[in-house]
Amino acid sequence: MAIVRSKRQSRVTGWARYSALVVAALLFLIPFYLLIRSAFMREQDLGSPDFHWLPPVWETSNLTGLFDNPAIPMARSLLNSGLIAVTQTVGVLVISGLAGYGLARIPYRWSNAVFYTITATLLIPAAVTFVPSFVLVSTLGWISTLRGLIIPGLFQALATFLFRQFFLGFPKEIEEAAFIDGLGYWGTFWKIVVPNSMGFVAAIGTITFIGSWNAFLWPLVIGRDQESWTVQIALSTFLTAQSVQVSQLFMAALVAIVPLLLMFLFLQRWIVEGVERTGIAGD
Amino acid sequence: MTPTKFVGVGNYLDMLSDPAFRSSLVTFLAFAVFIVPTTFVISLGAALLVARTRVMQSFFRSVFFLPTACSYVVASLIWKMSIFSGIRSGLANGVLGWFGVDSIPWLSLADPPWYWLVIVTARLWLQVGFYMILFLAGIQRISPTLYEAAAIDGAEGWKVFRHITLPQLRATSTAVLLLLLINAFQAFDEFYNILSTFGTYPPYARPPLVYLYYTALGSGQDFGHGSAGAVILTLIIAIVAVVQGRILRLGDRGE
Repeated sequence: MAIVRSKRQSRVTGWARYSALVVAALLFLIPFYLLIRSAFMREQDLGSPDFHWLPPVWETSNLTGLFDNPAIPMARSLLNSGLIAVTQTVGVLVISGLAGYGLARIPYRWSNAVFYTITATLLIPAAVTFVPSFVLVSTLGWISTLRGLIIPGLFQALATFLFRQFFLGFPKEIEEAAFIDGLGYWGTFWKIVVPNSMGFVAAIGTITFIGSWNAFLWPLVIGRDQESWTVQIALSTFLTAQSVQVSQLFMAALVAIVPLLLMFLFLQRWIVEGVERTGIAGD
Repeated sequence: MTPTKFVGVGNYLDMLSDPAFRSSLVTFLAFAVFIVPTTFVISLGAALLVARTRVMQSFFRSVFFLPTACSYVVASLIWKMSIFSGIRSGLANGVLGWFGVDSIPWLSLADPPWYWLVIVTARLWLQVGFYMILFLAGIQRISPTLYEAAAIDGAEGWKVFRHITLPQLRATSTAVLLLLLINAFQAFDEFYNILSTFGTYPPYARPPLVYLYYTALGSGQDFGHGSAGAVILTLIIAIVAVVQGRILRLGDRGE
């Protein structure tokens, strides 16, 4: 009797669980649905008092109009965002990867002191350093330049910390074999360690790319001139502007998230791993 | 840009006695009280639901995780112009309309503060997937033998959660709470993009970073006070982190 009841009970909880999941999933998808729907609506349909589940007319001129709109430098800002995200991702991987490997493997008197100094800066939230960073960057004359947008983001304490922890766990025997074959630290790192750590590199790389593409405060502070706007700044300016064509604004947002959605589709596994690694450092 | 005069701790005292600075700390506290528990409970709930699901598990996980790829600017845009648009064609007011309720001006009033609902739900949507992944990783590390032992003892449902899952997730939960708090403290993007209109930001609802942004980079360009404020905020965060024992755990990892 007890077994029968618990079986029925588990079927009931199974149904309850799926219903909860389906409802929650729909709620989570609604914003994406609204974004796509609104991007293809005509302006008068968006503003009409009736709610439309689907566009009465699919308006594709929002897309072409967007790139012809002189008020919003869409093509330029997409190019800037792409340049910044790619160089920052590559830069962080190379700099933090080398630093992490050095801290993990090269015996050096001060390596613990360096490591603890880097770790200590993790306690300072990056966002509250924006005022002194801004003063520094403007003293260098880097306001509204790609240099000013890219270079301060190249030195990531968290990535360095994670690379060091990861390389500490790398099988030492393989490296020793490479050393016997005459490769130094440099050669061992590039020819042996990196090719065998591509999963970890992909995890840190995808997370860095997403963070860089979506960054807002620093590009807002540094990107004063239109030519140096990232796509997030262009969107934000468009959003808070006086007169806005709302349907075109949605199309701009859709264009801005397409690269990340594609990345998500193909690289989700690495993004998940990156979140697990960066969320709870070293866990 | 060069300091003209050394003022000692003057800037610090000014900041601490500035009502606008203190009110930004109150705004942060109010925001944290809303966002920290709701994100924690919903992401833990989502992780538990997804972990026990076999059919379409990766689909549901992806759906909750997908907003992580979205920027705060894009989410703010959807929330401001579509879901919580003040007019009838906004989704929230449209739904209210089916029940015969009048449209609510979600963002244009300071009182009642409906804007909190807009800001909190936007961040919730963006963050839940991230923390769900952390909880899922924690859940997967729990040894199945613990659950088998509990099943033999006749424990099920809530009891298993209360006596096995939750205690086993203690390390994950501590880390998630700390991250939620630090991230709430650094909130800027959604406040700036949802609340400012025509280039002006309302005098209320200014969390610490929004306040600092307008102090240091607004018309005043007051780097002295801005930096003093940043140092005070950093100290507050560092104290919270130390209290949570994160320093100790980070230090231990290396050995």
